[in-house]
This record gives sequence, C-alpha cells and structure tokens, in this order.
Amino acid sequence: MGVGIQVENLNAWYGSTHTLHDINLHIPANHATALIGPSGCGKSTFVRCLNRMHETNPIARATGVIKMGDLDIYKDASPVEIRRRVGMVFQRPNPFPTMSIYDNVASGLKLNGFRNRRILDETVERSLKQAALWEEVKDDLKKKSGASLSGGQQQRMCIARALAVDPEVLLMDEPASALDPVSTSKIEDLIFQLKSQYTIVIVTHNMQQAARVAENTGFFLNGKMVEFDSTHKIFTNPSDKRTEDYITGRFG
Amino acid sequence: MDFHSKSMRLNTLRRSVMNHLITALSILATLLVIAPLVAILVYLIYKGASSLNLAFFTHIPAPVGEPGGGMANSIVGSGIVLGLSSLMGVPIGIAAGVYLAEFGRGTLLANAVRFTADVLNGVPSIVMGIAIYSLVVMQQKHFSALAGGIALAIMMVPTITRTTEEMLATVPHAIREAALGLGVPKWRTAISVSLRTASPGIITGCMLAFARVAGETAPLLFTAFGNQFWSFKLNEPIAALPLQIFVYAISPYDEWHRLAWAGALVLIVLIMVSVTLVRIVANRGVLKGAS
Repeated sequence: MGVGIQVENLNAWYGSTHTLHDINLHIPANHATALIGPSGCGKSTFVRCLNRMHETNPIARATGVIKMGDLDIYKDASPVEIRRRVGMVFQRPNPFPTMSIYDNVASGLKLNGFRNRRILDETVERSLKQAALWEEVKDDLKKKSGASLSGGQQQRMCIARALAVDPEVLLMDEPASALDPVSTSKIEDLIFQLKSQYTIVIVTHNMQQAARVAENTGFFLNGKMVEFDSTHKIFTNPSDKRTEDYITGRFG
Repeated sequence: MDFHSKSMRLNTLRRSVMNHLITALSILATLLVIAPLVAILVYLIYKGASSLNLAFFTHIPAPVGEPGGGMANSIVGSGIVLGLSSLMGVPIGIAAGVYLAEFGRGTLLANAVRFTADVLNGVPSIVMGIAIYSLVVMQQKHFSALAGGIALAIMMVPTITRTTEEMLATVPHAIREAALGLGVPKWRTAISVSLRTASPGIITGCMLAFARVAGETAPLLFTAFGNQFWSFKLNEPIAALPLQIFVYAISPYDEWHRLAWAGALVLIVLIMVSVTLVRIVANRGVLKGAS
C-alpha cells in the first residue's frame, strides 16, 4: 500500500546554486500527484530529494524534513533503505544492457542478494503484468536483452523493475517525454491503474498529461512551489497569476 | 534548379571519386596494419615449422651436441609464470580501475594512482626485472617463478587499470542511477552493473596486457631466470619460452637456432590461441540485442 509524504521546509543546492526554496507540501497516499513547471524550475530536483537520489551528486545537498508516514527519510533510514521503498522511473528508459528482460525486472531483488527462484519468477511475472508488458515479452524473458525492446517497452520494463521491489511510493520523472504517443498513452493508463496501490509522484512537461492522470498538481517556478491544489482547480481556476500564465501558455 | 547541369554532374563525379579514394586509403591502411603480423607468422612458419615435432612439446632441452630435445618445460613454465602474473595483475588492475572510475573521481589519491599507472606503463621492462631482482630475488636469495610472476604482474597492472577506468567511463550514468534508484548499494552497483556492462572492453584490456607480457624476456632474466629441467615449484628458477628462445637464439649452434625459431612460432600461436579462447568464453551468454 502507498504511504503519504509530508515535506517541510525543503531546500536544495547544487554547489552554490540554490535550486529549491522552502518547499512545503503534503502528497496524499494512493493518489497520483503531478508536478508541472518550466524547464529548470526544480521539479526533478524535488523528486530526487524524495528518494535521496539528489545526494548521489557529490556537490548536491538538501535541508528540511521529508516524512513518509512517520519515517523521517533523512534521519531514520539510510539512502539505500529509502530507495527500496521509493521506486523511481527516469526520463529516458535505462535498462541494464547486459541483462535479459527477466534479470532486468528481477535486478532490484537479485542485486540485493535475493535468490529464491520461485519467488523471483512470481515477482517478475506479477511486475510485468502490472506494467502491462507480460503478454509482449513472456516468450523471450531470458532470451532477449532488455535493451532489445522498443523504447516504450523498455520504459514499461523499467516501471516493472521499479515495482518488483514492492515500493510504497513511485516517482516518475517525465516518464513519457522520450516516447511516442501510443507508448505515452499506455504509460498513462498504467499510472491510472497503479495509483490505487502506490503513491505516485509524476513530473511532467505535458499539462494535458497532468490533467489526465493526477488528482493533485503542484506548479513549480524558479525553485519555488507557487501553487498546490487539486488538478481540477489548478487547470480551471488557479489562485496564482503565475500559474494561470503558465497553463494558458503565456510563458514556459 | 537543374539537377542535370554540367557542373552538377561534375560535382557528383568528384564526390564519387573522393568516396572511392577514401575507401581505398582506409583499406590500404588496414592492410598495412595486418601485413606485419602476417609477415611474421609466415616467416616463423617458414623457419620454425620444420623443427616442430612431438618431442618439441614433450621433451626438455637436450645437452649441446645431442640431437632432439624440446621445450616442454618452457611451455609449462611460461604457463605457470603467466598464470601467476594474471592471478595477481588482473584483480589488482581491475580493482584499481574501479576505484578510479567509480569511487575516487577527483580525489588526490585517484590522481596519484592514475599518474603512477601512466609512469609505470613507461618503465622499460629490463628496469622492472632489475627492480624485482633487488626487491624479491635478493630477499629470497634465489631466482624463482614467483619473482617472474610478480615482475610480469606489475607490468600488466597499469594497462589493465587504465583500460578498466576508460571502459567504465563509457558506461552511461543513467544505468548507475537505475541501480541506485532500486536501493542497490553503491559497491554492488559498481561491481554488478558498471563493471558488468563494461566487461567486454575490460576483457580486451586484460588480453592486451597478457599478450604483451607473454613475450617479455627482459623482466624474466633476473627473476624466473630460466631452467633447463622440469620445475613446478614456485620458489625455484623456472623455464619460460621467451628465455629459452633468447638462450637458443644467441647460441652458436644451428640446431639451437632452428629450435629458437620453432619456439617463437609456438609462443605466438599460444598467445593467439589463449586470446581467442578467452574471447569465445567471454562472448558466451551474450544476449540477443545486448549493446
């Protein structure tokens, strides 16, 4: 089951560049939350703070409190534990090129030392079914490299890979921006189905996409969160002039 | 625009001539690269093949004046010394390369290691032999297979380290992020994801290092020393093909000269066979569509 995320006074830096300013926000459990805003506004940095990927860059740092349920992710756990509970799908499909489809999906478990064949088999099948890829790949699971799939299939495989470690939260950083319209709509359908079981945070450039998949939407601008509200309100009656300017296409 | 004008046709002609010219030049360059290897092989076969017989592979060298004899002990000795050097040099070289690429980026230690590796790569092999002579042989008070292995291992390390680092640098960052994002610890990501993705290039680097030291004579002169008899002990002087070839080649006897040619042929064929074998083994299990 998903878990809610409470963000308090989050600030983030890359070197001396202050990229996130005092972000406060509650992301509700088992809903999809979209983050929109122009390039470089800090939405990617924000989601990378949620699974502590931000700190893999040696010059990056962050302050503030992020709570998943009762767990303070910067105080109570190691980054490795947090990343097992908070899955991430990246902008471009990033399969492990030397691994088969099966090994790609099982990698989160296998690389953490999990060896039980029967459970691995079950997990791979379940995750691929959840990612709506099972029917397309079930005959080539161990024969084909993950990199041999099409871009859209690769991205769904990456979603299956993230789901296989059974996370509570799924972060998606522009998961469809490198894909064609058909693949994009498959990914959106997926988000729609997955959000009953996971808390989903999706960064997107595509405002229609935010409107289609998310209950709540946050608008980021220049490292600040300008507005956070129900998606319906953001797109029909935003409270902030800057949000309105952005969604009506006056900038960005 | 008139695509069939005279100047257009001339342009097309020029492009086509240029195209053929460049293609011809690249083929010529390729042939020039292959030519020395083919020439050496042909010449070795011409000079050495006639002295090859079963005894060459089963007998130890015969005393001067006696006919026959072989290089069995040198072939086995080379195998032992190279096995030792690979056992030491490959893991150390790869581990240092992983450190440089994955953990030590930009640190003082990494820069020092990189610099050392580059300098070590340029150290003449005879100097390496003398260094190991004073560091190992003088301490042990005798020549040994182990000392030979150490000398060759140190020569392998810089090549392997630098190739490993460069191959790891070509692994896209997105792949490391994928693993880290799954909650895989950094050390495990480095070994099971980065290293595995870069492995074809790293294996090539190891094979280059291996092939280079397999023919080295100078570092073995003061370390493995050579041996006219069988020896399987690591703390005793041991025979090696390059040493035996050297001894035979500078001797005044025609029979020994012929054996030296045969030895050179066997050495080069063994190097080619082992490199090919490793490549075949490494390519097994590569999946369809893997890049």
